This record gives sequence, structure tokens and C-alpha cells, in this order.
Amino acid sequence: MPWELDNDRPIYLQLMERIQQDIVSGVYHAGDKLPSVRDLAIDAAVNPNTMQKALSELERSGLLHSRRTSGRFITEDETMLQELRDRLADRHIHDFMEKMKQLGFREDETLKKIQDAIKEEQ
Amino acid sequence: MSGEMNPILECRNLSKKYNHQTYALNDLSLSLGRGQIVGLLGPNGSGKTTLIKLINGLLIPSGGSVLIDGMAPGVDTKKLISYLPERSYLDDSMKVKDIIHYFTDFYENFHADKAYEMLADLEISPEARMRTLSKGTKEKVQLILVMSREAKLYILDEPIGGVDPAARDYILHTILSNYSEDATILLSTHLIHDIENVLDHVLFLQNGRLVLNASVDDIRMEQQKSVDILFREVFRC
Repeated sequence: MPWELDNDRPIYLQLMERIQQDIVSGVYHAGDKLPSVRDLAIDAAVNPNTMQKALSELERSGLLHSRRTSGRFITEDETMLQELRDRLADRHIHDFMEKMKQLGFREDETLKKIQDAIKEEQ
Repeated sequence: MSGEMNPILECRNLSKKYNHQTYALNDLSLSLGRGQIVGLLGPNGSGKTTLIKLINGLLIPSGGSVLIDGMAPGVDTKKLISYLPERSYLDDSMKVKDIIHYFTDFYENFHADKAYEMLADLEISPEARMRTLSKGTKEKVQLILVMSREAKLYILDEPIGGVDPAARDYILHTILSNYSEDATILLSTHLIHDIENVLDHVLFLQNGRLVLNASVDDIRMEQQKSVDILFREVFRC
């Protein structure tokens, strides 16, 4: 299945997000080797150069590192992985808060909604 | 990646006039690097097929020049280009395997094993006669033949026009997994939405002129919209 991508944002950014998501959600683990650029591009149904760009950016951020001949690996730096997880959570919360604001909820009302939802799920 | 090497395709002030007055292509200049997938987009009659035929040496320019790997179209450039024309040129009475045999004889850079592998993936029998195949299946056979050549420039004129969406996915998959990394693919289509994720770069043609030459992600970054939507805006009827 091609990866689900929005059509109004740069593709490489979405590929970066998807790989970050896969790292946090445990599809890949710390120290794992990533598939090749070509294989990831085919899996995502995107251009290999775009996938290459996404991986290079993730490498620059330190989340991935490459060993000259053996490929790209996920960092083993647990602090960095924890920070990534926090950052993704913050982004989801920010998006959620924006949407609630658009629906006309004040912050305290939104908080109440969340607390109610948690109670219901328990 | 493009860069140090000379471009695989270079057009300089390329023009093609029909009947001494109508420009099918008007003063087009562009340069394509290696290792890219480039979309050639434009409405009917915008000059896409004219450009493709000029690159393949099937038409002679009225002005300007076209160079493939630094050479004018001719016997040498035909070895570098693997071309999927808009209309089939294959003999309908032939069996698929006979055509593969014919291609093996004709092109030294044709890999029959690769062709058979792709046929098997798409469940097309090598024993089938071309005339018994559906329009979509014929298109797939032609694409398989074109992608089984080891070329530097693949030119695909409307490769996904006649096939259903599931086959389209497979065809994109076939293209992505079968071109070598330093080869360039120039692909003309109307179906931008289905294909824009696999493109590095797009060229918009309008009335024979190049009106846009940009990377897909630059378009998305600057306009916050897809190439498909931009295309609909530029070419609104």
C-alpha cells in the first residue's frame, strides 16, 4: 500500500513525519537498520530522490546515522528518541487545540471534554 | 542525481512550426539532469507529443536544437532512449514471447529475463497473441518492453492512460523498481493526481510554450497546493 500523503504539503516533510512516527510507534527500534532508499521509495510509492532527501534530513537531525557501506540506522540515543516522542505528542496536542478553538471551545471547556473522554474510556 | 555530468537532455530555443505558421512548439529551452523522474504536463495540443517526437528524431526542428547526452538525435541516441509511443506500433498478430524475441534481437540493451519477470507479476501469458489482449493489457506489455531496456532516458508518452487504478499502481511500481538510478524518465500524462508523488520535477506546456519548470516539492512549499490543483488553475477552461 502506498503511504497516505496529503497533497498540499511537501512530500519529503511528510515522509520524514511518517518515518518518525514509525520509530516512535515501534515499527523500527533503536539501532535498527532502515530498508534501502529504493525499497522505502517503492513501498511509499514516491520518487527515490524525495525519499533520499527525507532520509538526509533525518540524518542531519541525528535521528538516523549512516555507516559508509552498510546503510542507515536508527539512533540508539534513548534521550533523543524520548524527545522525538514528546515532540510528536506536542504537535498532536497543538493541532487538536487549534481544532477545538475553531469549534468554539474555550480551553477550560476543552480540558473538561478530555477528562470526560478519559473517564468514559476507563 | 544531476550535477557534474552533462545533462541527459538539453533543448535550446527549440521550435516546431507546422504549415509555416502554427507553432506546435515555440522557443523551448530546458535541461534535464540524470536520475530524475520528470512529468511532462499540458492539455491536448500543448506540444507534448511534438516535443517527444523531436527528442526521438521523428520530427525535424524548425528552429533551435535538441541534444541527448550531448548528441543530436540519430542512430547513437536511439541506443540511449527507450521510448513508449502514444500509439502501439506492435504487430497484433504476434505472440508476446515472439515480440520479446524480436526485441532481444533488435536491442543489445534489452533484458528478456526482466520482461518475463514483469509479465509473470502482471499475470500476462507470453503465449498470448497481442490481438487477444485488452487495451489495458496491451499497454502493460508495451511498458514492460520499454522498461526492460537498459536506457539512459526513458520517454513514456501517456503510459497510464488506458489502465484501471489498480494496474496504475502496479505500473508506477514497475517504473520505480526498474529504472537505474542514473537514468532519467520523461513521462507525459493527463493523470497528474495519480503520479505526482513519483515525480521530481514537472514541466507545464501551454500552446507550445514552457510555462513552468519546477520541482514538485518546491511547488507544494511555495503554493501550499498539489501540482494537480495548480495544473487545474493554470489550464482552467
